[in-house]
Amino acid sequence: MGSQGGWGQSKEFLDLVKSIGEARSKAEEDRIILREIDTLKRRIAEPDVPRRKMKEYLIRLVYVEMLGHDASFGYIHAVKMTHDDSLLLKRTGYLAVTLFLNEDHDLIILIVNTIQKDLRSDNYLIVCAALTAVCKLINEETIPAVLPQVVELLGHSKEAVRKKAVLALHRFYQRAPNSVSHLISNFRKRLCDNDPGVMGATLCPLFDLIKEDINSYKDLVVSFVSILKQVAERRLPKTYDYHQMPAPFIQIKLLKILALLGSGDKQASGHMYTILGDIFRKSEPSSNIGNAVLYECICCVSSIFPNPKLLEAAVEATSRFLKSDSHNLKYMGIDALGRLIKINPDIAEEHQLAVIDCLEDPDDTLKRKTFELLYKMTKSSNVEVIVDRMIDYMRSINDNHYKTEIASRCVELAEQFAPSNQWFIQTMNKVFEHAGDLVNVRVAHNLMRLIAEGFGEDDEGADSQLRSSAVDSYLCILGEPKLPSVFLQVICWVLGEYGTTDGKYSASYIIGKLCDVAEAHSTDDTVKAYTISAIMKICAFEIAVGRKVELLPECQSLIDELSASHSTDLQQRAYELQALLGLDSQAVESVMPSDASCEDIEIDKNLSFLDSFVNQSMEKGARPYIPENERSGMFNIGNFRSQYQHEASSHSLRFEAYELPKPSPPPTIPQVVLPLPTTDLVPVPEQTYPRETHHAPNLPSATDASSVDFGVKLRLEGVQRKWGRPTYSSPSASSSSSTQKTANGATHLDGRTVSSQTRDNFYDSRKQQAEVSAEKQKLAASLFGASTAKSEKRQLPTHKTPKGVPTTAEKPAVKGAISSSEPPKEKTVPSSPPPDLLDLGEPTPASTPSIDPFKQLEGLLGPTSAPSAIDHSSAAGPKTPDLMALYTDTPPAAVSSGSLNPELADIYTVNKNSHGTTNVAAMNKGQNRQDSLQKDATARQVGVTPTENNPSLFRDLLG
Amino acid sequence: MIHFVVLISRQGKVRLTKWYSPYSQKERTKVIRELSGMILARGPKLCNFVEWKGYKVVYRRYASLYFCMCIDADDNELEILEIIHHFVEILDRYFGSVCELDLIFNFHKAYYILDEILIAGELQEPSKKTVARLIAAQDALVETAKEQASSISNMIAQATK
Repeated sequence: MGSQGGWGQSKEFLDLVKSIGEARSKAEEDRIILREIDTLKRRIAEPDVPRRKMKEYLIRLVYVEMLGHDASFGYIHAVKMTHDDSLLLKRTGYLAVTLFLNEDHDLIILIVNTIQKDLRSDNYLIVCAALTAVCKLINEETIPAVLPQVVELLGHSKEAVRKKAVLALHRFYQRAPNSVSHLISNFRKRLCDNDPGVMGATLCPLFDLIKEDINSYKDLVVSFVSILKQVAERRLPKTYDYHQMPAPFIQIKLLKILALLGSGDKQASGHMYTILGDIFRKSEPSSNIGNAVLYECICCVSSIFPNPKLLEAAVEATSRFLKSDSHNLKYMGIDALGRLIKINPDIAEEHQLAVIDCLEDPDDTLKRKTFELLYKMTKSSNVEVIVDRMIDYMRSINDNHYKTEIASRCVELAEQFAPSNQWFIQTMNKVFEHAGDLVNVRVAHNLMRLIAEGFGEDDEGADSQLRSSAVDSYLCILGEPKLPSVFLQVICWVLGEYGTTDGKYSASYIIGKLCDVAEAHSTDDTVKAYTISAIMKICAFEIAVGRKVELLPECQSLIDELSASHSTDLQQRAYELQALLGLDSQAVESVMPSDASCEDIEIDKNLSFLDSFVNQSMEKGARPYIPENERSGMFNIGNFRSQYQHEASSHSLRFEAYELPKPSPPPTIPQVVLPLPTTDLVPVPEQTYPRETHHAPNLPSATDASSVDFGVKLRLEGVQRKWGRPTYSSPSASSSSSTQKTANGATHLDGRTVSSQTRDNFYDSRKQQAEVSAEKQKLAASLFGASTAKSEKRQLPTHKTPKGVPTTAEKPAVKGAISSSEPPKEKTVPSSPPPDLLDLGEPTPASTPSIDPFKQLEGLLGPTSAPSAIDHSSAAGPKTPDLMALYTDTPPAAVSSGSLNPELADIYTVNKNSHGTTNVAAMNKGQNRQDSLQKDATARQVGVTPTENNPSLFRDLLG
Repeated sequence: MIHFVVLISRQGKVRLTKWYSPYSQKERTKVIRELSGMILARGPKLCNFVEWKGYKVVYRRYASLYFCMCIDADDNELEILEIIHHFVEILDRYFGSVCELDLIFNFHKAYYILDEILIAGELQEPSKKTVARLIAAQDALVETAKEQASSISNMIAQATK
């Protein structure tokens, strides 16, 4: 067929398309289109446009709209054209409306009638066109109008119509699940349709339905398996073959459904093993579509109840993907690996180099996918390396959407796996610095709380160390030009709270820094509020210890500026500061106690300290306060009360519009009877005569001025409530979390051992980055870790709930399933989630790893015992020896190499400090080292545990 | 589910757009601008997938034309690549070694064909033959309608002379 002309288009249109094709720039294109829009507007509005001409105009409108311009002036003509009798025009009309209108457009209501008529047409092509429009245009409101007809069409003689009807119902289900809930049996029926196309289409709605409610469809497992078997055995007509694969799209859909149905269901999965094995065997890894089916198979295998043989096949296919030259396949391989490691984390190990390759690939997509994989396999032993990598990458991109995502992932990982508080703070600094405005404010509050609560009450030394290191790092960072507001708030708070605690910095130095911050961010009220509060705290601490505070001139000018600020909050803070400066040290001490951010503040809700004042004024003749409930009980105003009570209960501003004041009631009744104009001040709905008369007897009982007072008082009441209860707000988000501590106490021992061990890795990874040679190998080793670290991690669950007996019973059962593939036998064995099986797969003696970390800790503490740590780790994995060799130069050596880069040195010194303290602690406490470790770990768990945990990640990692 | 299909030329010109999820005209323009910036800049050996705002965009280049489909994050990318190819094969069969010009001048035909392959963001018909048959049936009807119309218009033209 010819490509140009010959389709009944006018020369004009062809010219338009051509000129657009020749347009050099977007601006030129826009000019041409705007001219075209003008022409079309004029032409369409002409009376008696021939229908065929109109059809062409519509196509031109579609063209205009496609190029991103507004063609709404012609929508109505498209709607009109759907009414046309001729199929040719009708089809164009439908095409245009489906392209123009979204499901919520006003014009749709005008089409529904036409669609209803067309669905009843004898010509199946018209029905098809109408069904296509139904899928796009029918919204929740209009579903009932066409639903019966669409259902009827499920039994149409033409398979094309049946297929479209099924998909239309699927669309209805997506829009409004309730509208078709009674029709679900129809989908099951259509599954047995003679036409494979209709059957394939039915899989779409079934997939969605099963996703919602797996258990109601378990009976279909056998049918799906048998369909898949038939498809794989090429029982479908040849026309469904695609690149020599038998109906691959249907296979993929079926595999997706089976993955859902078999998830965590041993019996259902049992039915699938054979066919999945067949598909693996028959797969054609040479073609793209073959790989698509293979990938879906891997997904399915990793989702259903695990079967060792199939897993093996899946792993093999995955490694083929990873080794492929094609980036697409690598991408799929990384994704598949992410699924498989959920079942068996060891699988990742043999592909570590491939993963590292992908991580360093110039292809952004692949890189991101690999980060996703790393995120899934993060544990305490590799968290430093992974988070460092993530932050590096985060710096390099400017896609805000992804930046937010990766920043939140960093925070999440750091919160969960942080090996030390210092590291956590460093990491948070980096995240804030680079993505500060994108992270959640809660994260900032968490960070402040961590610094405030530190290691816990018992170990003040470490606490203050942590704080002064935070202060040090923040003072450094403040020098940088652009810092996100959230981060500045954290910095100001920490400086205010702990800036002068260790005596390293003078008050005036910190205050000067804070003034600089306020000056540099003069537009950000929140930051300014934080700075002024911080200054106030520092002044208070100074006064409390008896030192004289002399405000710097810039500080004084800041206070002056803020006292005149438009923001009442800032004003108040400034005035408070000024007031505080005039107080003596004792008063200041009680107003602003030092380091009290973690203390609970008691609030006297009864305001009992005002009692004497109240009594005094009562004696002077003031009326007593009448509680709200009694007060409003005085008069019985039905609607009025309930309305305001509702408002009082919510205690917030009303956002909805106020009711219109009712037109004052007919003048004949109230005004004459009652001299009560004041009630009109309040918008009182449903002013009725009886109620007003009810007022009357009440009024005289009140005092003389009551008639006026009454109205005024009513009004005030409303206002007061609208403002709501004053809420207590303080800059620190900290609250006592003692309950959390006890809750987390259970895991503390493990937490400590893991982190102590990872400090070694921490050194290693740092060094690696310094050394350029063999970098990859080492990165791989630190990511995938020595197997000791892993076994330790896996040991966690077994520690908590020893389930040796049930799991050992499980293994033979699974084997039986493979060999005989007969489900009845297994019924006796309680089905349990996949990871258990794997825990067993490599049973780790719980005793050994729990000893090892201590040995390693000894290695940390003193060089004398280092050899034992090396022995242990060299036995652990083939990759580790060189790493551990690196490690053997003990901390002093590490410090000497600190000149590599400033950041590195910083961390080293920080670490050295902490060594010092632990050493001392160990000396002092002698035998009780384990106790102190426990405490440490408890505190860490509390400080680092996210308030809102990430359940899925936890579950995945801990099994 | 497929959220939209966009065909753009190597110069960033839009050749076809089909939206299965609601996007306003403004959003559409923005989406196309963003995507063409991202996709056209990618080298030939890289992945055919781009992660984009929580979705994935799968694209495939044929000569100077990029076929892009936006899908959910948990969809099978390789399958979508093949759906694109499926579409192209059908176009090819219909137009007879299809080229960009065919689509430029007959974009409405391409829309009709796409409507037979995808519906409501799902693959509707995996058989090329079935699609071809349906399109042929519609074209036949159109041809007869056209003949009638031209004969009528001839008659009218003669009558009004």
